[in-house]
Amino acid sequence: MADSEDVSMVEEKVEQTEEQEQEYDLEKIKLLPGSSDDGTAASFQIIDEDHTLGNAIRYIIMKNPEVEFCGYSIPHPSENKLNIRIQTYGNITALEALHQGLDNLAELCTVIEDRFSEKIEAGGYKTVEP
Amino acid sequence: MGDNIVGIEYNRVTNASSTDFPGHSSSEDNSWDIEKFKDQFDIQISYITERTANFDLVNIDTSISNAFRRIMIAEVPSVAAEAVYMFMNTSVIQDEVLAHRIGLIPLKIDPDLLNWVDKTQDENERYTEENTVVLSLDVVCSKNTHAPKNSTNPKELYKNAHVYAKDLKFEPQGNQAERFKNSPVVASDPDILLAKLRPGQEISLRAHCVLGIGSDHAKFSPVATASYRLMPVIDIKEPIKGSSAKRFQKCFPSGVIAINNNGEAYVKDARKDTVSREVLRHDEFDGKVKLGRKRDHFIFNVESTGAMSPEEIFFKSVRVLKNKAQYLRNCPISQ
Repeated sequence: MADSEDVSMVEEKVEQTEEQEQEYDLEKIKLLPGSSDDGTAASFQIIDEDHTLGNAIRYIIMKNPEVEFCGYSIPHPSENKLNIRIQTYGNITALEALHQGLDNLAELCTVIEDRFSEKIEAGGYKTVEP
Repeated sequence: MGDNIVGIEYNRVTNASSTDFPGHSSSEDNSWDIEKFKDQFDIQISYITERTANFDLVNIDTSISNAFRRIMIAEVPSVAAEAVYMFMNTSVIQDEVLAHRIGLIPLKIDPDLLNWVDKTQDENERYTEENTVVLSLDVVCSKNTHAPKNSTNPKELYKNAHVYAKDLKFEPQGNQAERFKNSPVVASDPDILLAKLRPGQEISLRAHCVLGIGSDHAKFSPVATASYRLMPVIDIKEPIKGSSAKRFQKCFPSGVIAINNNGEAYVKDARKDTVSREVLRHDEFDGKVKLGRKRDHFIFNVESTGAMSPEEIFFKSVRVLKNKAQYLRNCPISQ
């Protein structure tokens, strides 16, 4: 219980700071039919995304020890839709797992960006093609 | 061999998918841990030139590396000609073909200096100095009166017989002359042939260039190529000596296998290997060598079309993925 309260508090903070700057697409992500009543298993449909985000988010959600199953599919190649299914062991909801995954992915990108700029600044690499 | 090695055999690959997930093994945790990732993740830069970058991402999953590769090709924005207005075209190349060719010319325009075109606006108000760069192409071909006698070379016989990408001239609109002062707008590769003319023929047009992404049209892709390959592994199981070592060496590109003072073959630089599998065709080496690739070691090669430096393209791909995640994180979920 204590864990889930912490998560929701962090969520609120993030929303408050970022909501003022940007408008969000209300149609971007929706809940698909077939979720469990307690919300620990659910499928989402994301519009205008493909394997680029689909596979990355699948990987990072599968890395969550609270998640039992995560999979994604592009239901039809000529529709720009991405379906993602998440089932947890019951301690967190599927939506929480999705949000944690997205946070982890953003954090991962920050690490990569910082590390790459470090290496560029450090120099020591060749500037001509061998 | 370790479990992060993809086995490469005569006619198949083995152990291709990663298994580093919680619950897969009882001995390892495998849960996502950013601190652990920070410790293990590494970038090694081999070289960065004006147009190409070659670097390794080590200890990262395919799904993430592949996202960067895909984003560099299809989602990092760049500028290309979108609309071409023909005033005169008496050349043999048709209007639409010429317009297509101009669209594909890579332009040296910093994408950060332009805004996105707002497609919801009326077509007459959509294009402004903030989001559109105008290029002009005005060439007339004429006879060269000073051509050497008996010459058959069109370049000597005529003036402007060949129209090149460098003939596209920047027409600054509004404050653009000031804004693009430090980065002059030109074609990245000046010597791309656009059309051939003969005396009396003329081309006069304006090209309107806007921001776009590669998934909309390949002309907007900022890279010529963005690819990765996995780090090759050559595992010599039994010593290979003498003349056999010489033949073994010949199975690989030069520099991969070297022979020591005892006449024994050893792996000098596996990174240079192309994994041609030639060595697996020789019965002589059967069982003596095992080929593989490291599943989490990616050798990236990024070749820019000239608008941005290759390292900037990679940076932008990371930021695009980060933005995607943060944006989706804040999107409300509809039923």
